[in-house]
Order: sequence, then structure tokens, then C-alpha cells
Amino acid sequence: MANREERLAAIRRAFPEGSGVVELAGGDMQTLRVDRQALPALARHLKDDPALDFKLLLDVCGVDYPGREERFEVVYHLTSLEHGHRVRLKVPVREEDPVVPSVYGVWRAADWFEREAFDMFGIRFEGHPNLKRILCHPAFQGHALRKDYDPGQRWLLREGEQEEPAWAKEAQEDEDHFETQVLNLGPSHPATHGTLRTVVRLNGEVITKAETEIGYLHRCFEKMAETHTWNQVIPYTDRLNYCSAMMNGVGYALAVEKMLGVEAPPRAQVIRLILSELSRVMDHIVDVGANLNDVGAMTPFLYMYQGREELYSVLEACCGSRLTMSYVRIGGLSNDTPPDFEDSVRYLLKRIPKLIGDMETLITENRIFRGRTEGVGAISAESAVDWGWTGPCLRATGVAYDVRKAHPYLGYETYDFKVPVAHAGDTYARYLVRVEEMKQSLRIVEQALERLQPGPIITDNHNVALPPKEDVYTEMESLIWHFKLIMEGMKVPVGESYGYTEAANGELGYYIVSDGGGHPYRIKVRPPCFAIFQAFPHILEGHMVADTVAIMSSLNIIAGELDR
Amino acid sequence: MGNPEVRPPLPVVGGTGTAGAVAKQPDGSQVFLTTKLEKLLDAARKNSLWPLPFGTACCAIEFMSFMMSHYDISRFGAEVVRFSPRQSDLLIVAGTVTDKMAPVMVRIYEQMAEPKYVISMGVCACTGGFYRAYHVVQGIDEFIPVDVYVPGCPPTPEALLQGVVKLQEMISNGETRYQRALAAKRASQAQAGG
Repeated sequence: MANREERLAAIRRAFPEGSGVVELAGGDMQTLRVDRQALPALARHLKDDPALDFKLLLDVCGVDYPGREERFEVVYHLTSLEHGHRVRLKVPVREEDPVVPSVYGVWRAADWFEREAFDMFGIRFEGHPNLKRILCHPAFQGHALRKDYDPGQRWLLREGEQEEPAWAKEAQEDEDHFETQVLNLGPSHPATHGTLRTVVRLNGEVITKAETEIGYLHRCFEKMAETHTWNQVIPYTDRLNYCSAMMNGVGYALAVEKMLGVEAPPRAQVIRLILSELSRVMDHIVDVGANLNDVGAMTPFLYMYQGREELYSVLEACCGSRLTMSYVRIGGLSNDTPPDFEDSVRYLLKRIPKLIGDMETLITENRIFRGRTEGVGAISAESAVDWGWTGPCLRATGVAYDVRKAHPYLGYETYDFKVPVAHAGDTYARYLVRVEEMKQSLRIVEQALERLQPGPIITDNHNVALPPKEDVYTEMESLIWHFKLIMEGMKVPVGESYGYTEAANGELGYYIVSDGGGHPYRIKVRPPCFAIFQAFPHILEGHMVADTVAIMSSLNIIAGELDR
Repeated sequence: MGNPEVRPPLPVVGGTGTAGAVAKQPDGSQVFLTTKLEKLLDAARKNSLWPLPFGTACCAIEFMSFMMSHYDISRFGAEVVRFSPRQSDLLIVAGTVTDKMAPVMVRIYEQMAEPKYVISMGVCACTGGFYRAYHVVQGIDEFIPVDVYVPGCPPTPEALLQGVVKLQEMISNGETRYQRALAAKRASQAQAGG
């Protein structure tokens, strides 16, 4: 891993001082301020220079600073899978001329991220092939994440005004003069398991063109986060990837803790890790089960769901909620686990492998299942990285990138586990990776249980966490802490941070900007399935209609996280 | 008892098991049932609801639990889930509905054949929940009529089961939106005719 100076030197070879690239001091990662004219060449250089090798574009987002002369800032997060280093680019633009060159030609991952920045801030990306709104509906006026946009201002969408791809309106004939058919899948379709919509053009039964429309569950997480205190954001994070709510909260808390410079006590960390890994199992249960269900195998879903119900009962015992837990607090956890926690987790460790075994016996070597999934929805490792894929879907193409190994947090480096990898990159490979990941997660949980020691479950830094209730009643100082935290919320130091963890779908990033106040200034979530799903219409081309269903559920698209 | 018609006194099967045996009252008289056709249909409708799960968000995951073997809605006769509005009579809106989704929901509701019922599952569908925001419908009753509201974020499967049972009670008591609208229409017709 080259250090910061060496990376800067590698950049300076092509972009000497005064060429529009300035390194900003400090920060949680190397940050470059880039003039927009220099951006396309710099992007190409960052990707192609072997010493830099920034092959994976993680995130593109806008930030609005109304007070500044250059009001908007477009922020890019990049990483190199080869070297493991990261960089952040910031491109400032003026309000009168909010135009930035698109980097879609360098990283295809920029496709939807740039559209989102356009939708939310009105920043135009020159050279983008399909720049239009992505999350908000077509009748929406204004740009919602601008600071001067009222959070409660709604716009009505009427029937007939919905988005239609331009190509879907034109009739088209194939070489035999048969008109090709346009088929609309979703947003209310049994196989979407949520609210996704894909429009496909068919030649016979083969898909020749596809376009995906999302945003049907855009419920304004990022705007809501700006109007709540730091801890009040946690319930919203639970509803991002609601199949594994715990991991979103952990990722958010870790990102904020990094900015605050506090750390959760050891017991809280181990509990977070145990519940995160159990959530990963839960998530994979739903995904694998739904995938099997969609290709016609209902039984394993019923089997596996028993395991999920039993997992729910453990979560419910911890925090009172089955699905959306809100168990994490910044600095620790809301309360301690129940006395029988360890026993019930040990029971799960025996129970779940049995259910996985049952499912594997039915499915893994099943001819019908393999026929439906092998070679279906295949993607190469190179183009998966180009599209910004992470997580099990990327690992199914042969790239062993896992944040838990590459950038460990919560002490993952001290646990013995393997990162399962498959090479075909197809639907079957994704199934195999997920099944093996469930087993590895249970191994981690087993080791973590051994390390679970009694102790505090939240930090004693009372700038962050409430003091114990009995102290609030008896000590003046604790009463003041309590009052200040309740009335104003905690204060996070001015600055920015990109926190990232390995969620069930891949790298879940939180880009957080604080202005020192009691509310976040900006929270941008980097949802793993957003990057994955943008490749979906391109994967579909050449497949049959029935394959769309098999591919879609194998990608594990969770609308809450996709649309936020 | 709201509906004595469908709860006859316990019959005793008389005869010797040969053909022509009839149900008899304890006093030996023959059992017969009087009811209105509409009531008989309501009893049938109530016990075989066909839900259309309009699942959009987190609530849809709890809806899955509600369908699965542990909670098992089939005990209440509503396990035949259909994704086609033409084949279903109970719309369960499970999850947040956004302004982008609202026309889709209205279209599906309109496509359902009458009599039809709506359960709004979860606070987002009921009121918008804690999403007081620029893209979220603040309660689906802005667009379609709702019979039963099930609160919770998300509601537990037990709560949704209770919602379905509540709807069944409403159907047999003639309290659903559809039934009340029909009754009002008939009353006004009778008044106009009289």
C-alpha cells in the first residue's frame, strides 16, 4: 500500500502544481480539490496509472453549501482493490453554471450516481448518456436536497405522467417485419419483491433492450437525516436495508464515532458483531429463499424462514423489535442483552446449519435449479468492478474484496473466517457464495461468543451518551449532561468522514458532513445494491424473459436501500 | 351476535345413516335456515379473502412472516395470495407509498372487482409514519378508501392477523366501506322510489 506522498507524487507526474488539482490537508482520507476542466483527464489517470489503480468508483454525490461562492460540491469516492488505498475528489461548481463533465466514460459506475446528483441538486453532468431524474417522479419540481428546499413540499404525480423510456414508445420491426413487443415488469410485480420496474423490448422471447426505473420507494432518508439529531437518524438507517437492519445502524454508528473520536466498549463491540453476522445470515436467508421461490422452488423458502423466525426471537429479546431494531446508539448500544442471550445464540448455531443443510440437499445439485441459473446473468470480474459492484455479487465473479478483510473494523482481523469466492459470476455462483457466507458468519459468531465478557455497553463519554438514570436523579452534573443531550443533541466536530462496512449486499458507505451542530449537515449513503442494480438492464440483454426473475432476485435488490 | 343467520342452533344428525337422513333439532323438528342472499355471500367472502400484497418496504418482510408456517394466515382462510388485482378482493398495502408509486396503487385498486377491501399495514401506509417528507404519501387514504388500519413500524405478524380478523368481523357486520356505500345507495334508491 503506497502512502499518501507516493500517491500524490504519482498524481503530480501528470498534474503538476497549478494544473487544477490541489491536495487538501488533513481529513479521514486523502482529499483532492479538482477543477472541473481537469476532472476527465485526472479520472482517466487515476484509473489507469498502475501505482494509483483506482478501478472502483464507490460513490458520487453532491453537497450544497449555500453560503459559498461556489455553492455545490460534487464529491467522488474511489478505491483501489489492488492496493487498498482510497481517495476523495471534490469538484466545486457555481450555482449559475452547475455543470461538471461526466466520468461515465471512465467508470460506468457513475451512471446512476450522477443521475442522482442531478435529481437532488440540479448539477448537470456533461456527456452523461441518459441524464434525467432517477429517484423523484417526473412531475417533481425543484431539487430536493438543496438546503433551500422545504422538506415537506410535495408534488402530485398523475396517471399518464409516469416515466416511459423514449424507445418504448416507438414501434419497431425486426428483419422479418414482425413488430417487437415492449413488456413492462413492475413496479408491482410478484418477482420484484418491492418496488422496481424494468421495461424490456422483446424479440420473440429474447430481451433486446431493457431499462430500469427506480425511485418508487424514495422516502427521503437523506433529507430527513438533516432535520433530526445524530441519534435520531438511527431508526431511519434501520429502514435502509430492512432485511438486515442491524448492520446499517452499526455502519452509521461507526462512521459517527470515527468523527467524534469515541469508541464503543468491548462488550458492545462484540454484541454488535454477533448481531451483524446473524443479520447477514437473515439477509441471505431472505435473498436465497426469494431467489429459489422465484424459480419455482417454494419448499426451501419455508424451511429457511423457520430459521429466520428463530433469529427474530433473539433480536426481539435484545431490543423489543423483530425487524427494525434501532438497537445501536452512537457510542454503544441502547441496553444490555437478556440473560439467556448466549444460550439462545448457541441454540441458533446448532439449528441454522441444519436448515442450511436441508436446503442444500434439495437445491445445490438440483438439475432444474442449475439449469435455470448456470450461465444466467453472468458478468465478468472486470465489468463488475467497472459498474461499482461490491459484496457477494462481486465475490461471485472471483474478486475477493470484503471490507471485513481489507479494512477491518469491530476487530474482524482477529477472527478466523474465510471469504468465499466463486468464478462464474452467474446466478448460480451468487447462490453458492451466499450459502457459504452464511456458514462463515456462523463461525464468526461462534468465536465471538467466547469473547463476550460482562462490562458496560455504552461509552461513559457524556458528550455522546446519556448518563445512567440513577445518576441523573442524584447528581447535578449528570442532570446537566442529560438536559443538554436531550434538548440539543450531541455535537459532532466540524468535518467530513466516509465510514464503510461490509453489509449483506456489499460496501455500505456513509459520507457524513458535520457543521458542528446538533444535526448532520449532510449524510450520503452509498447503498451497495444501487451500484449493482444499475448494471441489471445491461445484463438482461440477450436473456429470456423468465431469466429476468432469476437474475433480479439473485442480486438481492432491497428497495429501501436502493431508493432511500 | 351480529349474524344469527349463519350460526344456526347445533343440529343433531338423525336417522340411521341411510340416504335421506336429515339434520334435526333436539325436539325432532327439521332444521332449516333463513337468511338473505347478501348475508350468505358475506359469510363466504369473509372466510375466503384473497389478498393482493402490495408490498413496498419493510412491512412486506413482515408480511412474509405472516404468510409463512409460523404465523400462518391460512388458519383464517386468507392464504391464497394473488398478484393480479382481477383475482383478489383484499388489498394489503404493506409499506411506504411514495408519490411516484401512488398512481400505480390507485390503478391496482381500481382494477380490483367489487366487493373489495383495503388493509393499510404499518404507520407509513396509515399516515406517512416518520417520513414527513417531500416524496411520501401521508397516508394512503389520500388516494384510496381504507377499511382497517394496522399500526406499527412494522406491525408484528400478530397485529396483521388481528387486522384480518377485524376485517372479517366488519364484513359479517356489514361495516366495510363497500357494504356501507352499497347500503346507503339502496336506502337512497328506496327513498327515491317511495
